[in-house]
Amino acid sequence: MQEEFVFSGFGGQGVMFAGQLLAYTAMDEGLEVTWIPSYGPEMRGGTAHCFVVISDKVIGSPLVARPMNGIIFNKPSFDKYEHDIAIGGRLVVNTSLVPQKSSRNDIEIININATDIAYELGDAKLTNMVLLGALLRQHSVLPIQALERALDAHIPKHRRHLLEKNYRAIERGAELMRA
Amino acid sequence: MARELLKGNVAIAEAAVRAGCEAYFGYPITPQTELLEYMSARMPELGRVFLQAESEVAAINMVYGAACAGVQVMSSSSSPGVSLMQEGLSYIAGSEVPCVIVDVMRGGPGLGNILPSQSDYFQVTKSAGHGDYHPIVLAPSSVQEAIDFTMLAFELSRKYRHIVVIAADGQIGQMMEPAELPDMLPYPQPRPDWAVTGAKGRNKNVVTSLYMNADEEEAFNIRLQKKLEVIRAIEQRSDEFATDDAELLVVGYGTSGRIAMSAVQKKKKKGLKVGLFRPKTIYPFPEKRLAELAEQVEMCLVVEMNAGQMVEDVRLAVNGVVPVEFYGRMGGNIPMPDELLRVIERYYAYSAVLA
Repeated sequence: MQEEFVFSGFGGQGVMFAGQLLAYTAMDEGLEVTWIPSYGPEMRGGTAHCFVVISDKVIGSPLVARPMNGIIFNKPSFDKYEHDIAIGGRLVVNTSLVPQKSSRNDIEIININATDIAYELGDAKLTNMVLLGALLRQHSVLPIQALERALDAHIPKHRRHLLEKNYRAIERGAELMRA
Repeated sequence: MARELLKGNVAIAEAAVRAGCEAYFGYPITPQTELLEYMSARMPELGRVFLQAESEVAAINMVYGAACAGVQVMSSSSSPGVSLMQEGLSYIAGSEVPCVIVDVMRGGPGLGNILPSQSDYFQVTKSAGHGDYHPIVLAPSSVQEAIDFTMLAFELSRKYRHIVVIAADGQIGQMMEPAELPDMLPYPQPRPDWAVTGAKGRNKNVVTSLYMNADEEEAFNIRLQKKLEVIRAIEQRSDEFATDDAELLVVGYGTSGRIAMSAVQKKKKKGLKVGLFRPKTIYPFPEKRLAELAEQVEMCLVVEMNAGQMVEDVRLAVNGVVPVEFYGRMGGNIPMPDELLRVIERYYAYSAVLA
């Protein structure tokens, strides 16, 4: 088993943390995992992305040309990665900030207005958790409960008061997929 | 010991702390900066020395000074910064004092870019400064190896009173992987008896790289070469996979070695007789084992993130026994697994003709 994920969006949308949380979850579930950020000029504005590779074996490359999964936070990221996703893979799209529809019919498209939902929950910064909830509801590579356990285990002390909000965002993202 | 999700740069820093690093001098540069940043908090917390110098030139000379006093010391930088350190490194080698230097290599030449590269293989393995010497150079391919090699680097630098370079690249520095850190070693270690610690009540110790007399300078150089001979004899380290029946032997180190590994594993599964040889020390280059393997295979394929540097050491070790081919990416580009699969297929077809 090997699964690759690209998370991409604006700096400040929690793109890096979303990837790290998935990486922590995989590690805690006993899997091999790599996380690698973009650390170039993107850090100073524009799109930021990170790659996560999860496997039950030793991972060769933390980067892949055609990842199985894309978690797209904004329009520039959609333009950049829509056509990179491997055939049979999936694209989770934050439709709050991506106006167009994907033209691809060889991948699963998961549309969710994650930033609107995050605002409803009281904080635009929850966008990343809504998207993760939607992803893991549609693709059971890791259980949602494991994601929540990882959040509890690795969230920095000074952010612990945000734990409940984050759980709600993850669950809301998952619920909307069920509907 | 539990697995932690660690970034390469941070993992090296904490491993250095646990290995007994007493002083760190450095200057920030991407893609290495998290190492210095981590040290800036961690070293003072433990009552140890962290100092951000005004330049890499200053940093390496602070390293030199501390090393002369028998302090376990390190610095870290990336390609252009390591270029600035060359003079100081040569003085350190000429004075035979131990230190650990981390080079998180990036695209070059010149200011280049901040992306991962292996284009400083020549610089770190062939001299790292003027004069007749090589540092010991360790090339980690994962965050765990970055930790293990940092521990080893301090041990080898003490043992040989020599520079040990950890040659990582931007990818190893920036990526996070689960890894285990070792326990803190006993701290501090006693000062070595050659160190300049104040001569009250004992004979003076002299630590210098200055020998005005040709015979004295030659005698020193002979001693230095004997030390390197010992290092070459006993410190060659490498890893290998599926080499027993390999016809095509892929050779790569660090990031290119680990990507080559996954390509080789995939091809092996499909029944191709492909193996991997991964140097862990790039100085001393693991020539003994590679020369043995050259007798068994039909062809070597060297994969690097440069225009072909280690390939020269591979050719020396293989010594014409089989053809040595090369595939490289430059400028901060990393070969993708699919790309290496195609390259391996192409050269496998050639090696099959030779077999």
